[in-house]
Amino acid sequence: MLEIENLSRSFNGRSVLRDISLRLAPGEYVAIVGESGVGKSTLLNLIAGLDRPDGGRLRLDGEDYALHDEDALTRLRRDKLGFVFQAFHILPHLNVAQNVALPLWLQGVERDAADGPARQLLDAVGLGTRGDSWPRELSGGEMQRVAIARALVHAPRLVLADEPTGNLDPANAARVLALLAERVRAAGAIGILVTHSLEAAATADRTLYLTAEGLRG
Amino acid sequence: MSGQVMGWRRLAPVFLGSLARRRLATLFSLVAIVLGVALGMAVQAVHEAALSEFDRGLRNMAGAADLQVVGPRGGFDEQLYARLAARPDVAEASPVLEVEARLVGRDESLQVLGVDAFVLARVTPQLLPRADSGDRFAIFAGDGVFLSRAAAERLGVKTGDLLRVQAGSAEVVLKVAGDLPALGDDRRLGVMDIAAAQTLFGKLGRLSRIDLRLRDGVDAEAARRSLQAVLPDGVLVETPAAEADQAANLSRAYRVNLTLLAAIALLTGGFLVFSAQALSVVRRRSEFAFLRAIGLPRRTLFGWLVGEGAVVGLLGGILGVAVGHGLAWGALALLGGDLGAGYFSGLAPRLQFQPLASAIYALLGVVAGVAGAWSPAKEAATVAPAQALKAGDEAALHGGRGHPLFGLALLAGSLAACAIPPVDGLPFGGYLAVACVLAGAVLLLPSIAALLARLMPVGGPVAVRLAVARLAAAPGHAVVAAAGVLTSVALAAAMAIMVASFRDSVDQWLTQLLPADLYLRAGRAQSGSYLDEALQARIVATAGVGSVAFTRHDGLRLAAGHAPVALLARPMSAAGGGLPLVGQPLAVNGPSLWISEAVQDLYGWRPGQQVELPLAGKPVRLTVAGVWRDYARQTGAVMIDLDSYRRLTGDRLVNDAAIHLAPGADALRTANALTALAGPGVLELAFPGEIRTITLRIFDRTFAVTYLLEAVAVAIGLAGVAASFAALAAARRKEFGMLRHLGLTRRQIGWMLAQEGALAAGVGVLAGLLAGGAIGLVLIEVVNRQSFHWSMDLHVPWLSLLTFGGGLVALAALAAVLAGRQAMRQDAVLAVREDW
Ligand SMILES: Nc1ncnc2c1ncn2[C@@H]1O[C@H](COP(=O)(O)OP(=O)(O)OP(=O)(O)O)[C@@H](O)[C@H]1O
Ligand SMILES: [Mg+2]
Repeated sequence: MLEIENLSRSFNGRSVLRDISLRLAPGEYVAIVGESGVGKSTLLNLIAGLDRPDGGRLRLDGEDYALHDEDALTRLRRDKLGFVFQAFHILPHLNVAQNVALPLWLQGVERDAADGPARQLLDAVGLGTRGDSWPRELSGGEMQRVAIARALVHAPRLVLADEPTGNLDPANAARVLALLAERVRAAGAIGILVTHSLEAAATADRTLYLTAEGLRG
Repeated sequence: MSGQVMGWRRLAPVFLGSLARRRLATLFSLVAIVLGVALGMAVQAVHEAALSEFDRGLRNMAGAADLQVVGPRGGFDEQLYARLAARPDVAEASPVLEVEARLVGRDESLQVLGVDAFVLARVTPQLLPRADSGDRFAIFAGDGVFLSRAAAERLGVKTGDLLRVQAGSAEVVLKVAGDLPALGDDRRLGVMDIAAAQTLFGKLGRLSRIDLRLRDGVDAEAARRSLQAVLPDGVLVETPAAEADQAANLSRAYRVNLTLLAAIALLTGGFLVFSAQALSVVRRRSEFAFLRAIGLPRRTLFGWLVGEGAVVGLLGGILGVAVGHGLAWGALALLGGDLGAGYFSGLAPRLQFQPLASAIYALLGVVAGVAGAWSPAKEAATVAPAQALKAGDEAALHGGRGHPLFGLALLAGSLAACAIPPVDGLPFGGYLAVACVLAGAVLLLPSIAALLARLMPVGGPVAVRLAVARLAAAPGHAVVAAAGVLTSVALAAAMAIMVASFRDSVDQWLTQLLPADLYLRAGRAQSGSYLDEALQARIVATAGVGSVAFTRHDGLRLAAGHAPVALLARPMSAAGGGLPLVGQPLAVNGPSLWISEAVQDLYGWRPGQQVELPLAGKPVRLTVAGVWRDYARQTGAVMIDLDSYRRLTGDRLVNDAAIHLAPGADALRTANALTALAGPGVLELAFPGEIRTITLRIFDRTFAVTYLLEAVAVAIGLAGVAASFAALAAARRKEFGMLRHLGLTRRQIGWMLAQEGALAAGVGVLAGLLAGGAIGLVLIEVVNRQSFHWSMDLHVPWLSLLTFGGGLVALAALAAVLAGRQAMRQDAVLAVREDW
């Protein structure tokens, strides 16, 4: 359960997010759309614990962000969150399977033990045979599928995706979005997809609109 | 704990894999650390080998002696022996006469010890001779000499052979009667009966040393004090260890200076690691942001980045220790135990692996690696992930304004450090000042870069404008590249200025000291050779000789714990004419004394001061009339007028003669007439030009090692430029792709990179030359003065410095272009789209 209550954030006195509230139950997969500069990424950063709000509360599975110091938030991200970024962020010096296993490594799983789950997820995103490839041998769409596998390998409670298809062509984008929706639902996690494409948003269960006035269903 | 360790292993591919990807930059950092560690290790290993050999030799010589009585080089009265042997606290006394016997016709001498075989066995059994004939009393056969194995090998003689050596200006023949089986080391020496030695070498009634063994239970220090009280002036009692210390001290300053240079090389290596890590951190900024976002703790990130530096440092340290031993081996074979500086002649040191020192030097490599990686790691760990994850947050190295105030404070601090007196004979204040200048210059670098960018002309071709704009907007990159250049240029320039000043001063000094047309001597001043009165008269009477100035050399013991001070007696004018004086001479009533700078520093004597000099066993009051510069005798020298010396001591012998030719006389003919005055090969004749050439050749050989270090420093600096531009170019592939999309040609981008390289190196070279000038001054005025007690006149080799600086800038531009070409080889389209 993700609970957001009256969240606000301003930069240099300029208010960006004001009075944002949202509750999401496990298995819910929502899209947030809005114009450029309206604060979508800012909201996502707050939810990820990468940034602190000026007001309001954030809770994930009852854990209050405000009570966590930086280390605790880092642990929260490591154990409960999965990320998919617009700029894939695949490490070039690790092979595909290792990239996927990375969140498990951070959790303290041994390299050998992490290999199995990683390849299983690669299988699930249709890249079962590419585990030993190097990132430079992949296309953009394949790279984002690796990122999706990586976002889910450690069974996170919440998956955050900020413009995951911003760097992809439409055909690839559709495939990646469908895969993301399918994987998040299969994992029973909460999913938040940030995009400014309504088409992309349609792959989610419901769409929320972020405007200067607030978040509307 | 073990979980922690395993955690480290798990993440190894994430970080070490990245290190392997940046092969070129990593390699350059590695090479720099290897060189720094190797140089330090080599200097250390060579000197340790030489010192331990020297020490072993001295210990063998001293044997079981508890105390040694030493005096002036000319020796002291042998009656002292009977007096000391009769003292209740002395168990055994062994008299020794030491003679450096010059081998006839060779520029080489053999140390001959005249000993009393009866007491030898109980005090210094190591020196016991063994006669081949089995005759235990062969040592009393007057002309028999027993050679150490090393001496016999060196001279190429065996038992039964004859050895022609020089006594005064006459020739005597010694018979090799056996060897010294108990002498374990590689010293070259001979032992003979003391009475025979006294007779043969004209030292009747004289001793150089008495080795004492005290009765059981007698405290050595108490005995030393009570014995000292009965000794005449200029004769001292010392522990054998003090003797060894003096020898070690003599070369220690030289060694410490070399080690300091190696340390600066290592420091440069650390800077290179810094450049490489700083650039890689910039490049991997979004990678770190991503890792932090998915849950990598800040501390772990920091730890790993420092760990990357430590790995490079450890590897460099281990390789450096290995290379250092190789270098030391080569240096010992080529230059000898003093690296050509002339402190340990007559020794054949052996290299030994020293586990502790090796470990320390390997650790120094790690320290350099960690220090270089520290601040980039800190910067990486403080990056806000949310910010850095944003697309478009391109690699920006925030050079900032540096810390100009702190930098200025450090420069001021270096001035203060120069005023710190030497600690235990070592110029720590000078080293501190050098460190302050370097650190201050690096901290001021961003301000210098900003200033330079502002001074650059606006306009011109687009490539130039882009390059200048980059320096102005992101001085960080240039600063990182320039820091390595700065340190290496500063080191090289400082050394160049110091060596040039030194060489120039030595040259002038020689010209002042050698005004005559011809120089004649019967052997080195230290040897037992001399010119007696009859020969002096014949020299003066030789056809073609105008005027002659004779010089007498001796060595005096002025204070316990100090090495001997050279005494030179020669005709002196009241104004000290002919001496390379420092400052104005004083007009003095009565006998005057001229002291070298070392005596001024070591004994605190000042012009105008009344001092006592032990001459012929009596204290003689003299007034210091002036200070002169002496590059030949690091432990000090005093000069008095020859007539006064003769009046005070009755010693009428001299060691050498400076001869002015009569008007119109032919130099060669006169020279031939002079050498014919004694047996063939006995008298050595030299023209001042020759002496100057030989001296400067020795000088150059001594500084060969520093030239090597300079070359290494420059190589490291260049490697630094190449490495940082290689890393930068790789990080900027996207930018290059974009510029090519905008319509810039490859050539234009190459030109832009050349400008950038030249600008960055230019900043480094400029700051490096300034810092180098300051460090050069510190080396001249503080480090050399305090280590070796000699001053020199500043002489800046402008031409070579400018050529060197310009060449470095050009090479840096070339390195930048080459690095850029490597990065541009890739397809422009791919470069823009690419994600890393
Ligand atoms: N660190 C910051 N400092 C100052 N202003 C910021 C900062 N981060 C975001 N902003 C401002 O907050 C506003 C919202 O930014 P945000 O990145 O959340 O927009 P967005 O909705 O994600 O836009 P886009 O769709 O273009 O990604 C912008 O006006 C931006 O300028
Ligand atoms: Mg955004």
